[in-house]
Amino acid sequence: MEITGAQALIKSLEREGVEVVFGLPGGAILPVYDPIIDSPIRHILVRHEQGAGHMAEGYALATGRPGVAMVTSGPGATNIVTPIANAHMDSTPLVVVTGQVARAAIGTDAFQECDITGITMGITKHNFLVSSASEIPRAIAAAFHIATTGRPGPVLVDLPKDVAQSTMEWWYPEGVGELDLPGYRPLAGLDEVELARAAALLATSERPVLYVGGGVLKARAHEQLRAFAERTRIPVVTTLMARGAFPDSHELALGMPGMHGTYAAVTALQRADLLLAVGTRFDDRVTGRVSAFAPGAKVIHVDIDAAEINKIRRVEVALRADAAGALGALEEMGATTANLDVWWKEIRTWQESYPLTYDPPAEAGPLRPQQVIESIHAASPEGTVVAAGVGQHQMWASQFWRFEEPGTWINSGGAGTMGFGVPAAIGAKVGRPERTVWCIDGDGCFQMTAQELTTARAEGIPIKVAILNNAYLGMVRQWQEMFYEERYSEVYLNADLPDYVKWAEAMGCVGLRARTPDEMREAIEEANAINDVPVVVDFRTDTSEKVFPMVAAGASNDDIMVHPSQRRGA
Amino acid sequence: MSPEPFLGDVEHSPVRHHILSVLVENKAGVLARVAGLFARRGFNIYSLAVAPAESHERFSRITIVVDAETAPLEQVFGQLHKLVNVVEISDISPDDAVERELLLATIPTDVDNRTSLLDVIGAANASIVDVDAHHVTVVLAATPAGCDALERALEAHPGVELHRTGRVAVPRLGVPTHEPMRSR
Repeated sequence: MEITGAQALIKSLEREGVEVVFGLPGGAILPVYDPIIDSPIRHILVRHEQGAGHMAEGYALATGRPGVAMVTSGPGATNIVTPIANAHMDSTPLVVVTGQVARAAIGTDAFQECDITGITMGITKHNFLVSSASEIPRAIAAAFHIATTGRPGPVLVDLPKDVAQSTMEWWYPEGVGELDLPGYRPLAGLDEVELARAAALLATSERPVLYVGGGVLKARAHEQLRAFAERTRIPVVTTLMARGAFPDSHELALGMPGMHGTYAAVTALQRADLLLAVGTRFDDRVTGRVSAFAPGAKVIHVDIDAAEINKIRRVEVALRADAAGALGALEEMGATTANLDVWWKEIRTWQESYPLTYDPPAEAGPLRPQQVIESIHAASPEGTVVAAGVGQHQMWASQFWRFEEPGTWINSGGAGTMGFGVPAAIGAKVGRPERTVWCIDGDGCFQMTAQELTTARAEGIPIKVAILNNAYLGMVRQWQEMFYEERYSEVYLNADLPDYVKWAEAMGCVGLRARTPDEMREAIEEANAINDVPVVVDFRTDTSEKVFPMVAAGASNDDIMVHPSQRRGA
Repeated sequence: MSPEPFLGDVEHSPVRHHILSVLVENKAGVLARVAGLFARRGFNIYSLAVAPAESHERFSRITIVVDAETAPLEQVFGQLHKLVNVVEISDISPDDAVERELLLATIPTDVDNRTSLLDVIGAANASIVDVDAHHVTVVLAATPAGCDALERALEAHPGVELHRTGRVAVPRLGVPTHEPMRSR
């Protein structure tokens, strides 16, 4: 069957089981937008290509399936560079198709030409420039294979316009063998010797911690994790990327470690004699000053990406395997620890002395951001999916929401991309339409990508957005207050400009505002009752509120600053 | 000038170098991927040579000499292996390698320097491959240390123009190569 390259691309996406593509057409990708009309694949027309990328990420994080975005060449391609970088940092499986100028025009500075494979070389797991129509099926099949196996990540396929327009005899690779990837060997087997060494280290450990990262979610290893933790009774910390991998309500859960982690999680890592680090990469936001991180701990590191092992921290045992395989094997061996009663007694003291807390709100307002998050959590259905932007609101959301299952926390961890929240929430809702999806956003973040609410309204994607409006770039303000002698430089945004309610209404959404605890409860109730259009709630929150606990950048985790009300003499 | 430094296959430069022989798919942009990786991870490349490998159509071999001080070899290996187009990496310790490098140099000549120049060329086992009334061009295929020595000697001649290829290497026969991290 002779078809065009454009048709081959869409057929290839169908073969890969793609149900939705987030995108925006333009000159170079035009041929591909014609066969989309006849395809069962749903296309969601975004208002900015960055939105397409973050929606695809939100979709991937909520469903575990690869997200797909499609944009045109030049500025279309460069506009999606931020989501690609974001997905690369957070190991999110993404396939991005970009249009490219015709082959004969490549290298001539043609209209809307840019070297997107060159630009994204360092921020994709791999990328392809397709040079003939007959190569399209293999490129797409390889893109999905690479994006979803091993350590997942974004793969970009750059498609010149004339390749999309030329014809090919339809074929599709059957199996990995036909992908022609001689250098790609993603799966590592478990090393029995290392496994035995891991079990031996565990056996003598009196103060172990399961330091759990996003790899546990990527490997869908939450059940293996839970079984192993429950039998061994090892305390579990879940990093920002792993929230939801282990239930927050579980008695073994210590919450999030790191710069804004719970006192118990941070301190347990510091005092541990053994870290079982699973699918995690010793990020600087977790370790603080590396030389002072968990100084007494030996490390067993489980990671599917061998290059992560010994990158930041020298480890005693390396298990180059996926989290499910490694945890499953340790469970099968019946690996166990020394008696942990003393350790748990110590941990319980930390939990009781320094729980997450905030000052009680005044009845007349302003609202406490933490209280808004707790109230939304209390009033929303079980299994509600939460997306966040980046900054104070993101940390509060991670701290004060209670995550019970995988795929319910959608956030930008490694890259820290402001504006991630709204489009990611839209993508998550597309992937899991039966779930309530709340975006907890900041006023700064909201202004970066809010236009995608027009997309949400037009496409019938009823997400809910809580703007924690403190009129500031709050996290930067917090640092200027604490580390720059309260010299506030370029952080004030003005709570009334723009008018978020009118803006929401202009985009076809319901806009609400809440200034007092009573108004807050009403607004949340109203928002949760609306299920046909997106809702935006402008919560007016206390400007001076800061995120605690906090470990200052570059400081030792031993120097954790707890909430002012918990400090000695307070 | 003593001829000794030219003759032995013995001398290594004092900085700790490691030689990676990297088999890559012969595809557009592969060298950029490898070079870009070294740049963004802050690994220093001391020298680099690229040419088609045994099966010319599909693969090329990149010989990279890395400064082992700037990057733990395990990291270089691990990160390189993540490049989809990298098929195989062999780590060749300089002590266990047969290394060769090509040096080409054009030196201005006149009656004053001709004799001493010919002495240097002879001692280095270099060959004259081109000549005109005012220049000679010499070639030397030797160990990196041998090329270093000839380079030092030729630098005494004003106006010398000198090119080196960067080294290629194979393991000494009977010495097993080790590839610490094949997996990814």
